[in-house]
Amino acid sequence: MSNNIDAPAPAVEQAIDPRLLVREQGFSGYISEFKRKIRGGELGSLPVIIGLIVIWAAFAASNGNFLSASNFEYIAYYMVGIGTLSIGLVFVLLLGEIDLSVGSVSGLSAAIFAVLSVTHGVNLWLATIAALATGAVIGAIHGFVFAKIGVPAFVVTLAGFLGWNGLMLWLLGDTGTINLPDTGLIHLFGGNSFFLNGDIAGAYILAGVGVAALLFSSLGEQGRRRSAKVPFRPTSEIVLRTVVLAIAAFGSAYVLNLHKGVPNNLVFFLAALIICDFVLRRTSYGRKIFAVGGNIEASRRAGINVAAIRISVYAISGFFAALGGLVISATISSANQGGSDPNNLMMAIAAAVIGGTSLFGGRGKVWSALLGMLVIESINAGLFMLGEAQSVQYMITGGVLLAAVVVDSLSRRTQKSSGRA
Amino acid sequence: MLPDPVRGGFGVPGPGKFVFRIPVCARDGAATHPRHRVVKELVYVTSAPVLALRGVSKRFGAVQVLTDVELEVHAGEVVALVGDNGAGKSTLVKTIAGVHPIDDGVIEWEGRSVSINRPQDAQHLGVATVYQDLALCDNLDVVNNLYLGRELKRRGTLDEVTMEQKAQELLSTLSIRIPSVRIPVASLSGGQRQVVAIARSLIGDPKVVILDEPTAALGVEQTAQVLDLVERLRERGLGVILISHNMVDVRAVADRVAVLRLGKNNGTFPVHGTTQETIIAAITGATDNAVTRRQSRTAEATK
Ligand SMILES: Nc1ncnc2c1ncn2[C@@H]1O[C@H](COP(=O)(O)OP(=O)(O)OP(=O)(O)O)[C@@H](O)[C@H]1O
Ligand SMILES: [Mg+2]
Repeated sequence: MSNNIDAPAPAVEQAIDPRLLVREQGFSGYISEFKRKIRGGELGSLPVIIGLIVIWAAFAASNGNFLSASNFEYIAYYMVGIGTLSIGLVFVLLLGEIDLSVGSVSGLSAAIFAVLSVTHGVNLWLATIAALATGAVIGAIHGFVFAKIGVPAFVVTLAGFLGWNGLMLWLLGDTGTINLPDTGLIHLFGGNSFFLNGDIAGAYILAGVGVAALLFSSLGEQGRRRSAKVPFRPTSEIVLRTVVLAIAAFGSAYVLNLHKGVPNNLVFFLAALIICDFVLRRTSYGRKIFAVGGNIEASRRAGINVAAIRISVYAISGFFAALGGLVISATISSANQGGSDPNNLMMAIAAAVIGGTSLFGGRGKVWSALLGMLVIESINAGLFMLGEAQSVQYMITGGVLLAAVVVDSLSRRTQKSSGRA
Repeated sequence: MLPDPVRGGFGVPGPGKFVFRIPVCARDGAATHPRHRVVKELVYVTSAPVLALRGVSKRFGAVQVLTDVELEVHAGEVVALVGDNGAGKSTLVKTIAGVHPIDDGVIEWEGRSVSINRPQDAQHLGVATVYQDLALCDNLDVVNNLYLGRELKRRGTLDEVTMEQKAQELLSTLSIRIPSVRIPVASLSGGQRQVVAIARSLIGDPKVVILDEPTAALGVEQTAQVLDLVERLRERGLGVILISHNMVDVRAVADRVAVLRLGKNNGTFPVHGTTQETIIAAITGATDNAVTRRQSRTAEATK
């Protein structure tokens, strides 16, 4: 992004400093910029993409069925529930904090939805709204205790982890399981609901829209930057990025079409990711989240209401926890006592970190939720195919999480030593 | 000096002006009746300082950091605030900026008493501050730091292009070379970071700019640029509070020097007509040493 340094003619004499990061035009420039970033510890999504390829290759070598369309459909479908929890966690991690309550809140939200709609016959959409609102309010309460009273977030949400789990068990009562009818949001998030009813065109339409959106927004931005005489992305780079996305999008569409099409819950997940990415990168609210994650005191002095940011971020986390709870209960067609399985929490945190969001705050993308869940769900699916027990799955996922955290810490150290943290 | 009829204003020396003012007698009761015409009289008043501290005190736990501090800054005036390490200069700045609310005393803004409890309050009044510790977000790039808290928007979303354009213009006027305005400030040198912090105070439309040791990390050329900048701010009619340990810089740009010693005022001196020794003596408290005490004792004895 740092070509065309010559943009505005400065008032003072300004010979080009030989140390400036002037990128050569075109492709070789792109490569050298890329190398510089890697050396500086700005790894981005690279480790996770390499990891994903390694994982897929390893499982494909040990089981021919791993690379089948039905398996990818399975991965795409089952990653959405915990992935939704993970979206909320990315917001919290960007602040440099943690939310341990998302698993319990998701279970509670499913229980509230089930009790309201099944036991009390409340309108489905009303029950949905009640469940989601409960999640947001719970999150806001956590945020309030943390931001206004000053209890460490770790402790507040640990209390929530226990407390909301208890409330869920109490709501579900003795039977412990409430089966959900296949209607409303539960149907949309369930396993029988596909985009455009699984029509082959559906997947390609989604892929086409995504690729076109990237291409046109990049070109539009390039044009605005060019006319404002500030550095802009060279066309070659835009084309490269668009081609990479097109291969990924149309490839996925092709594979999913070989089976049943794009599950509707995946469409919702992608929509949520796009919206959150927009909020984080393009709005001043998102900018404030990054600022608070980077330097709390500087943010406060810049006039940012730190407490409001914290409370709202925890509310967002609670909302996505509740939404994820509904998705998870839709995939198992019931709300049960396993709804607040602590493993869901662990997987959601792992996904965000594996996907490249830093535990140290101020650095990350919501797309981590997608990339991280792809890794975790691939491991789960692969081990399931190999007939390995849950115990092995947990050990391996734990190992992957550790690896991700090590990569995060090491890249932070490299960034520090090369002055980028 | 006579009123200048051409410009319609009144050129007068010093920080005062001619204004139409309601006489005191008219204000007290008589003019409150709606049918009474208020008679205005032309008077010469010393314009109220844009910012004034009256008896400001601040303590941190057991430490009384500021005691009854007085400070005035007029529009178009550069006040240097000097004092030894730990004298309380930065704390004073932070009370004005709303980082630490004052315990006692009054802050006046354009003659009105105001309460500054949060950084937002100071920002809304028009106080821009460059902190000694710079207060930058290391993970954000230069542009984002410059516009933090007052981002430019276009159709409700961040207008990165305009912000970047203006950031580059602003930085080039400060003659600083920065590899790119799109790299995190963590990767800048100390002086580059300092210039970013200074540039940041110029965004928005401040009336008072406070610079806490702005040139501490700067090279010769950049220091000169910052001092030029201070003079430009004065010409634009802004009030400037400049904290510096460098007496040469202070004498070059300041109109008045306010000395703080152990959290208390220790004199305010006009720069012209005051020797450097006098100021340094006030800073170090040399006026209060064994020699001066003996002198004052003998002076008393001879009375
Ligand atoms: N947040 C705080 N809590 C407690 N004491 C503080 C705090 N901030 C400053 N102090 C104390 O207040 C006194 C004045 O500090 P201050 O930073 O205002 O000095 P200064 O005049 O800016 O010094 P320097 O020239 O070194 O920057 C010091 O004794 C310091 O220990
Ligand atoms: Mg200081």
